[in-house]
Amino acid sequence: MRDVDVSRISEAVAELARRSNVELPADVVVALRAARDREESGIAREVLDQLLLNAERADETGLPLCQDTGVAVVFVDLGQDAHLVGGELQAAVDEGVRRGYEEGYLRKSVVRNPLDRSTNTGDNTPAVVHVRVVPGDGVTLHFAPKGGGSENMSALWMLTPAQGRDGVIEAIAAQVGAAAGMPCPPLVLGVGLGGTFELSALLAKRALLRPLGEPSPEPDVAALERDVLAAVNETGVGPMGLGGLTTALAVHVERHPCHIASLPLALNVQCHAARHMTVEL
Amino acid sequence: MTGTDVIDLGLPLTEKSACSLRAGDVIHLNGPLYTARDAAHQRLMALIEAGEELPIPLEGQVIYYSGPTPAPPGRPIGAAGPTTSYRMDDFAPELYRRGLRGTIGKGNRSAHVRQALRRFGGVYFVAVGGAGALLADRVVAAEVVAYPELGPEAIRRLQVEQFPVIVGYDCVGGTAFVGEKPLT
Repeated sequence: MRDVDVSRISEAVAELARRSNVELPADVVVALRAARDREESGIAREVLDQLLLNAERADETGLPLCQDTGVAVVFVDLGQDAHLVGGELQAAVDEGVRRGYEEGYLRKSVVRNPLDRSTNTGDNTPAVVHVRVVPGDGVTLHFAPKGGGSENMSALWMLTPAQGRDGVIEAIAAQVGAAAGMPCPPLVLGVGLGGTFELSALLAKRALLRPLGEPSPEPDVAALERDVLAAVNETGVGPMGLGGLTTALAVHVERHPCHIASLPLALNVQCHAARHMTVEL
Repeated sequence: MTGTDVIDLGLPLTEKSACSLRAGDVIHLNGPLYTARDAAHQRLMALIEAGEELPIPLEGQVIYYSGPTPAPPGRPIGAAGPTTSYRMDDFAPELYRRGLRGTIGKGNRSAHVRQALRRFGGVYFVAVGGAGALLADRVVAAEVVAYPELGPEAIRRLQVEQFPVIVGYDCVGGTAFVGEKPLT
């Protein structure tokens, strides 16, 4: 058993909030460059050039990549031999979010009451915290601020088993096509396949944490990822919906066993500012 | 930034300068524009319905749908990319009718907005969503002119230089968006 003081979690979250909103992950930069070189239309190239330049300017100025610095989503992988001391986990994460968003001049985008828009909490808390208990005594924090524009285009379906693989591909491609330019393509698509209603959504969000373009270790899931990506890019939506070959940069599918009667499918849409950062305590 | 030809355009706009643009044109804007998004639009519409004066001029002006991050010390504004425009679709036609010449945001818009552009001689610009640092870099001055209590949703007057946008919809019914047809 290892004691971990929750003040370390607050410090780590504050730094992750500040940095993840400014530094575009290297895997995303690589994917954007590859897309830029592949595109044939002048407008698509112009958009991708602006995004690459944006990452440079954010790095140089310390300004956030995007004004929507998101809801703070924090995945905590908590070792079962780790013992948190000094306070409550949610409160510690919230304290980190409060400090990080204030010190980093980040936008506070959370309302206390979803039906009353005048109830901004003023410090971007509470964070959305997902805890998973894992072997060992480590504590790993994944920080992924989530913007509203792309989150709004996400969806969940309870497909019939007979709809199968083709039904999965069709549902996702149709959703991305209908969303068009609104979620800020080129996108990263997190897909949760199987599980139950709520687990599929969580798997879809967790899929976004995977390094961009790293295929699933399971060959048939990796093949599904390739086919979904091809179908989505065939929509022609392109960067910012203005047409082109790159509607999505990557598709990540996380699969889980499910009920014989069910085929849950969740799609979490992520914009090109695929911000994610991890730290181990 | 690329081989694409860029048109330099001064603000505010005139009917002539707005209507000279065509969907797909790559533009650099220079001059003043106003930020307003969901909450500010609700307030502007309430004033219009009450027959009261608006806190900003509309004639020839361009409204930018953006809610920036707080300005760090030494900078006029924080990250300032566009928000999704469709949420303002119910408000835009009335503002264009009252002389507004342009709006800037991201994503597609309703047929009503496109018809208003054609009827009143307006234009809709797309700024690159998520290019918040780049766009902020092209803002040389910013001041809150109305509703400071709305924080990021306050109306700000920005002075921009070489502010990059693309014409999404023009005043003759053209569109730059995939899967949409020109208005007939």
